[in-house]
This record gives sequence, structure tokens and C-alpha cells, in this order.
Amino acid sequence: MVLIRRFELRVNELFLRGLIPGTIHLSHGQEATAAGTCLALETNDRITITHRGHGQALAKGVTAESMMAELFGKATGCCGGRGGSLHVGDMSVGALPAIAIVGASSPIATGMALAYKRKNTGQVVANFFGDGTANKGDWHESMNLAAIWDLPVVFVCENNLWAVSTHISDTMRVEHVADRAVAYGMPGHTIDGNDPVAVYDTVATAVDRARSGGGPTLVECLTYRRGGHKRDDPATYRPTEEVDAWLADDPIERFRTTLLNGIMTHAQLKTIEEDVDAELDAAVAAAEAAPVPDPRTVEDHVYG
Amino acid sequence: MDESRNLTIVQGLREALREEMLRDESVFVMGEDIGIGGSFLFTLGFLDEFGPERVMNTPISEVGFVGMGVGAAIEGMRPVIDFQYGDFLITAADQVIQQAAKLRYMSGGQVEVPLVFQLPTGASGRGAQHSNSLETVFFGVPGLEIVTPSSPYDAKGLFKSAVRSQNPVLFCVHKHLYGSRGRNLAHRDTSTGLVPDGEDYTIPFGVADIKRAGTDVTVVANLLMLHRSLKVASGLADEGISVEVIDPRTLVPFDLDSVIASVEKTGRLVLVDEGPRKGGWSAHVAAEVAEKGLMYLDAPIERVTSLDTPMPYAPGLEEAVVPSTDDIEAAIRRII
Ligand SMILES: Cc1ncc(C[n+]2csc(CCOP(=O)(O)OP(=O)(O)O)c2C)c(N)n1
Repeated sequence: MVLIRRFELRVNELFLRGLIPGTIHLSHGQEATAAGTCLALETNDRITITHRGHGQALAKGVTAESMMAELFGKATGCCGGRGGSLHVGDMSVGALPAIAIVGASSPIATGMALAYKRKNTGQVVANFFGDGTANKGDWHESMNLAAIWDLPVVFVCENNLWAVSTHISDTMRVEHVADRAVAYGMPGHTIDGNDPVAVYDTVATAVDRARSGGGPTLVECLTYRRGGHKRDDPATYRPTEEVDAWLADDPIERFRTTLLNGIMTHAQLKTIEEDVDAELDAAVAAAEAAPVPDPRTVEDHVYG
Repeated sequence: MDESRNLTIVQGLREALREEMLRDESVFVMGEDIGIGGSFLFTLGFLDEFGPERVMNTPISEVGFVGMGVGAAIEGMRPVIDFQYGDFLITAADQVIQQAAKLRYMSGGQVEVPLVFQLPTGASGRGAQHSNSLETVFFGVPGLEIVTPSSPYDAKGLFKSAVRSQNPVLFCVHKHLYGSRGRNLAHRDTSTGLVPDGEDYTIPFGVADIKRAGTDVTVVANLLMLHRSLKVASGLADEGISVEVIDPRTLVPFDLDSVIASVEKTGRLVLVDEGPRKGGWSAHVAAEVAEKGLMYLDAPIERVTSLDTPMPYAPGLEEAVVPSTDDIEAAIRRII
């Protein structure tokens, strides 16, 4: 969680300094959901990643170094500089490079789950998506398909209340995304997405169920993005009281308090922060030094 | 026209939409986050002025609201559907290709689908899924009109014609040409300009515009590529090479006559198109000119297009894929 937070803040700063091109969607504030979910998965389990996916990728084990290089558009990036922030991922750690079209990853995750079932691999896939995504037809179709065929997929909603400038209450008549699970005949849970333990427990149960042939689960994690939708969004459409309340509920601060209550010491936490900072310093230095992709290779990877 | 009427494309589009909404009650807008103006601020201020019934902020449900646009159009409304990125229209391709484009024909003319899609198009450093040239993707679909304005003057006049059209219209504007925010306004010298006021100002579809007159070679280009071509043309003028630059303005219908008339004069044709090399308007126009104007050509037709790859993210790779001013200049030099 500390790695995700500091990665995102560092990326923000680098973006403002003009070192990262394109656009970025930061996930700081949503660390507990990504971390709790990925901790409940094995390395050879998969995740699908959203446009707000740096945290999901880091949690699954994509290295800060390979992702930073990707954001810089360098040849050493996890996708060789071809993907960028919107498409980060690394199959070697089970992170399908991100899909930036809202809703499009749900059928793909469901299809991956179909392959695991057919090949009897025992793998599970977690499909990350946002609250806004639950209004896409492809998402609804996937929920139904996964349910009727008992596929090993866990649908993990990062409900941060907003889809760009649009509040969830303006786009659904049900209160919770998880209320929709009943329509597809699968369990649905709405949980505190800023509590990594709650996320871990719920997703672990869903993963067990999926792995043992019980079919999909919908887990809705209530959380909040601490910044705008993307880099140039001041997010002034959000009411101040709401922002203040959620910013006060910082998942990292909260978990730190929990840990300091007899589980870890200040010194240990400080070591984590120092290690993270060193890792990020190295990642940035490596990204800056790395070569840009050779334009002569631009047509590689179109076909196999 | 006074100086204050020197506008950007998005300002011209806003004027057009506002005038059409004031003129015709049946015009309304739908789209994601259009309450705050949408991605390129096309609807900035419209929610306040026209209210939520005519400025409908939608959930992320493209198949749903595009299909609703088709239905509402059949029943006499004139929906304008705003896309944050035209790329997302692809998720609703069935409603566009199979429904909107075909209902008039299949019904033997019983129904009409007057529907406008506002589509930011082209590459702007956002990687593969946010860089499609929508005008290429949908080019071969009979029943759709496709508009690609490159100046505020054209954008306003053409948008008003789009709203008044009885057909589904894909109105594609390059992401670098709006002049809103988030994306640098490219070629400010040629991409801003004077725009007429007033309800009666429209530009008909199917009429190309000669953006720069010349005698040695004809360059046909649109969107961002038009501005790159104009830049090349003014550079070559210093060497005494006279380039005629034509903006087709609408791809469907396409003003082939103007292109052939120009080629008859210059004997040389370069087509500059940001879409990939396979398919798209420039391939079609090359074939048409080869069929109908071969006798006027003194040299092979040159096409300058993107490479046939998905769009890469790294800036150096995107530059390698999309036609540059150097690529355009080299193509011209190859045939003169
Ligand atoms: C099909 C499609 N429509 C629209 C967009 C533009 N878009 C990108 S992110 C986003 C909001 C997504 O909201 P949500 O699913 O809640 O995720 P969050 O951004 O809150 O993490 C939108 C509308 C898109 N990428 N794909």
C-alpha cells in the first residue's frame, strides 16, 4: 500500500515536471482494495487492470521499475513503451496489461476463467472495474455468463462513488453495485474498501469458492480516489464535505494505526517507507536513463 | 467581423450547437460527463442554459444511449451524441453500422435517423485504445455521412448542416484541433480563425475547399494532416514549388470533382490521411482518381498515411507511425 501511494505521488510529480507524456489516472486512496485483492490471489492467478491501474499492477507484482519505464515511454517498460499508463501489466506475474475501454475487460476475464475451467488449471482471475463500469452491457453480460457456467472469476468493483464527474446516485437506482449480483444468481458483498483486511477476507472467500468450482462472486469495495479523475481534472464537482470525510479516512493511515497496535513497530514501518523510497528512486533513475524504443521496431508485435 | 470572432474549433462548435438548440426544440444532447462540458468542453455551459432534459448526462452505457439516439431520431427528435473520445463509439458499433446506417434503407425509406455523433478522433499520445481514426473505421459503411472539419469556420457551418441532415452523421474533429484543454492546440496559426455569426450560416456537405491555391501539385488532406500539409506548402513556396492544398471537409459525401479539377491543372496528386494505410478515404480517392482522372496524371499518386499498426504510446513511436511534415514533403518531392 505504501508502495502504491508513493508510486502514484511520484508519478504525479514527474508528470507535472513533464517527464511523463500522455495522461495518467492515479489510484491513490484506493490502495487497500488493490492490495487486499491481490494478496488473496496466487502468483499464477490473474488480474485484469483498469485505466486506473498502477496500484492494481503493483499489488500483483509488476515491478515499479518496469512500470515507471513504461510510463516514461521507454524500451525497458513492461510493454516496451507501446502501452503506456493506460495499458500497464506483466503476464509473468499474472497481470494482463490494462484494458482502457470501460467494461471491455469483464468478458475477457470471464473468457480467461473459461480457459482455466476447461484446462482444469485451478487458476482464478480477478476482474477489477469501477462503479461506472457496472452500467455497461458487456459487464452485465459477463456477470450472467460467468454465473451460468460457474466460472472461476471474482468481479472486484472499486466503488469510488464517481465516474469522472458523474456520481453513482445519478446512474443507478439500486444503492449498491453488489445489489446487482442477485439478478445473476451469484453472491454479492459490499465492503469497506479502505480496509485491506476486510478486502482480503472477502476476496479470499470468493477465490476459494471460484477455485473449488462454486462460480463467480461480486465484491464491491467502497473507496475513494484522493485526486481528480485524471491529471488535469481538479474534481471540483465533488462536494467538499464528501471529499473531507473520505480524505480523513485514509486507508494507509488507518492501517498504520492498526499495525502499530501491537503488530508492528514504528521502526519497522519506517523501514518499509525507506525501502519504498529507495525502490522508487531507483525506478525513476532507471527510467530516465533507459533508451527510448527504436522507431525501426515500431511494426513489431502487430502480428505473430 | 471583429477580432473577438476569432475562435477555436470548439468555440465554433458550441456556437453551432447553441444556435441549433435555440432554433429547434427537437435538438438535444446526450453523453458522458456533458454536465461539466464533456471531455473537450463541447457542451460547456449548456446544462445551465438548457437544463437536464436537453442536456442529458448519461451513465457509461454507450450501446444504450446510442441506440436511444436512433430511436429518438426515428420518432422525430434530433439527438446530438457527444463522445469523450470517438474511440468509445466502437463499443456501440452495431447501433451505428447495423441500425442507424441501415434503417432508412431497410424500411424502404419509411424511417429516417437524423442523428449526430460528436467524435474526437486521431492520435494524441494516449496509446492504442484512444487513437483511432474514426473516419477510417466507419468509412466503408453506406448510410453514414462523415464530416472532418479542420477550421473553426468550417466546423461551425458543417455542424449546423449535420444537425439539419436527415442522415446519421459522424462528426470527427482531431483531438489536437479543438483548442479546449488537456491537448495542445496544434497549428494555432491555421487552426483558429474568423467565424460568422448568425443562424443562417451553414456549409453544405460534399463541397471541398481549396485552402491554398497552387499549380504544381495537388495535396488533399484533412484534420491534423491538413495543417501539416499547409505548413509544408508554405515552406515549399519559398523554393518556388506551388502546392495546391484541398480540404475535402466531408468524406461522405466526397467532392471528387474538385479534386479531379485540381489534378487536371497540376497533374500530380498527394493524399495525406492520418488513418492506417489499408482502407480509408485516401485509398478510395486514389482509386477513384486512377479510374476517372488517370489521363491528367503526370506522376503516380502518392499516399501518405499512418503505418498499419495499432497506435503506440511512446512519443517517438507515435511520431514514427503518424505522417509528419517531413513525410508529406518527401512525398511531394518524389513526384515533382
Ligand atoms: C467504453 C468507454 N466509455 C468511456 C470511457 C471514458 N472513461 C474512462 S474512465 C471513465 C470513468 C470510469 O468510471 P469507473 O468505472 O467508476 O472507474 P473510475 O474512473 O472511477 O476508477 C470514463 C467515462 C472509456 N474509457 N470507455
